[in-house]
Amino acid sequence: MTVAVEPNSFKTGPDERGYFGIYGGRFVAETLMPLILELQQAYDDAKADPAFKAELQALSTYYAGRPSKLYFAEGLTNHLGGARIFFKREDLNHTGSHKINNCLGQILLAKRMGKTRIIAETGAGQHGVASATVSARFGLPCVVYMGATDVERQAPNVFRMKLLGATVNPVTAGNGTLKDAMNEALRDWVSNVEDTYYLIGTAAGPHPYPEMVRDFQSVIGIEARAQMLEQEGRLPDMIIAAVGGGSNAIGLFHPFLDDKDVEIVGVEAGGHGIAVENGHAASMTGGRPGVLHGNRTYLLQDADGQILEGHSVSAGLDYPGVGPEHSWLRDTGRVQYVPIVDQEAIDAFQVCTRVEGIIPALESAHAIAQAIRVAPSMAKDKIIVINLSGRGDKDVHTVGKLLGMDI
Amino acid sequence: MTETRIDRRFAALKAEGRPALVTFMTAGDPDPATTLALLKALPGAGADVIELGMPFSDPMADGPAIQAAGLRALKGGQTLVKTLDLVREFRQFDDATPIVLMGYYNPIYSHGSEAFVAEAKAAGVDGLIIVDLPPEADDELCIPALEAGLNFIRLATPTTDDKRLPAVLENTSGFVYYVSINGITGSAAPDASRVAESVARIKRHTHLPVAVGFGVRTAEQAAAIGANADGVVVGSAIVSAIAASLDSEGRATAATIPAVLALVSELSGGVRASRKSVAA
Repeated sequence: MTVAVEPNSFKTGPDERGYFGIYGGRFVAETLMPLILELQQAYDDAKADPAFKAELQALSTYYAGRPSKLYFAEGLTNHLGGARIFFKREDLNHTGSHKINNCLGQILLAKRMGKTRIIAETGAGQHGVASATVSARFGLPCVVYMGATDVERQAPNVFRMKLLGATVNPVTAGNGTLKDAMNEALRDWVSNVEDTYYLIGTAAGPHPYPEMVRDFQSVIGIEARAQMLEQEGRLPDMIIAAVGGGSNAIGLFHPFLDDKDVEIVGVEAGGHGIAVENGHAASMTGGRPGVLHGNRTYLLQDADGQILEGHSVSAGLDYPGVGPEHSWLRDTGRVQYVPIVDQEAIDAFQVCTRVEGIIPALESAHAIAQAIRVAPSMAKDKIIVINLSGRGDKDVHTVGKLLGMDI
Repeated sequence: MTETRIDRRFAALKAEGRPALVTFMTAGDPDPATTLALLKALPGAGADVIELGMPFSDPMADGPAIQAAGLRALKGGQTLVKTLDLVREFRQFDDATPIVLMGYYNPIYSHGSEAFVAEAKAAGVDGLIIVDLPPEADDELCIPALEAGLNFIRLATPTTDDKRLPAVLENTSGFVYYVSINGITGSAAPDASRVAESVARIKRHTHLPVAVGFGVRTAEQAAAIGANADGVVVGSAIVSAIAASLDSEGRATAATIPAVLALVSELSGGVRASRKSVAA
């Protein structure tokens, strides 16, 4: 792709039609189009309503536990011997990941719109758990679509969702992973347009979802930026986050986009390696632009435009697309996207666990792996912030199996 | 734009005083030879307009029957280019029956919209229905298709209210496809009287023929819907008939083509009886 002319600000998107450059848009069936326009209107109204903001703020503080801490990871810093590393501790949020930030915002919007039924898709189960949680909190029935393969590899999260009162529908279409779950959620929505709110978990899908999810997740970057200034008196040199659909990453990145001296790195799932066909989930490194799930963005696809399943050891990164704003940030060059393969992520998972006493989600372990790559060769006065997007309890079974441990 | 086979066919049927039977099947399901044989035989069995599905890995608006058909076709190696080849071969035998390609945008975007509309026109395609391209995205494919002389057929749904209808109809040509229910293909049958009201509502906004689909499975339903519509679309029932005729390996059998043609003949009888049943 050609590199676009550098804009004055990287924070003005999307335009009124929902585009970031050529990416984004509203590529949906006619049945959904009026609903998406209605959602846009409701979101615009909510944004302008101080009561909505106040309610979200109160829930974020007292229910989710925000602000999350910005923690100096001294153990990892000493272990690597280079740049100082900080973790933005989204793993400490209620439900154990950043997903709750978005779910609280959207459940308030659903309530405002008078919707009485919540549907969601989930890969690793983090978003499914967060959706089931906020649905329980607000007394709304919740149906979670989850690929049958993921239901198997994320069994603890499936049980959590059920305990929270949600119905988990395993999806056997396709390979039974996140993209198939999203297809099925869209089919449900199109069949239940009157009462149902589709709570999308990542900064992708038709406009206004990418913008809305980014806004709800931007609390991560807003806090991190202020905390860094307060704790260190300056901005970081580099910020790193893992990118599947890309909601934790855009949440951290967005408030820093116009800080020209902050290097921004998004880490994609390199799976078995970028050279392995259909063996990774790095859509921006190994894919090309296409249209899926309501937006134009980088996609893993074959020569005929059929979507590939992709692979990652992390169920949360195992998605063949990415949020459209990331595609635009990639093309403009503002954010650098790099792949980390499964093995590097598993190694980082173990290192972090041993030197920090923090078990990171496998998704977050991809971001840590990138820091492990670059921190040793950086000067000791440099600062890296990693988004520790979730805790890894859900992954111990997967990692145990890979390490040949009997658990 | 110049008159297409679709325009001519609907005009002729209007003169005849009956609605069109629009049949859907997925190209390459379960193999290209079967699709070609069906294409050649369908007009004789009573199909007035043929919709040919372009298989896609992620058919978000389709129910289980058409999803499965797409997967069978893709497993057999079907591609966009091979689908155009099928139309080209069909046109050697039939130059009158309209062919509408139906599918999702990504394979076309991947191929290139301009190249695709030129190749489709040259192959003998008459119209396109692309599920995930609303009027807001007309510059993507609709405008290039119209310029190439292809009809761009839009879906109108129960959620498309009077305020939105003009935008949906603006660049629509050939016919309007009214999706009779909020749902996916192959869902429950629509209520004929409500469909009649909706068709009347759309007709207040356009002179184009209105065909009705989603959920029509039997000759009786086709007759009831056809009483007040210019066309009746049947998809999942036909695709299910194909599926039921396959062997355990998913290959076509000697029963495949006769099974589909028998169903289409029956549906055609329903459509032909539709206006009579109203008169009676």
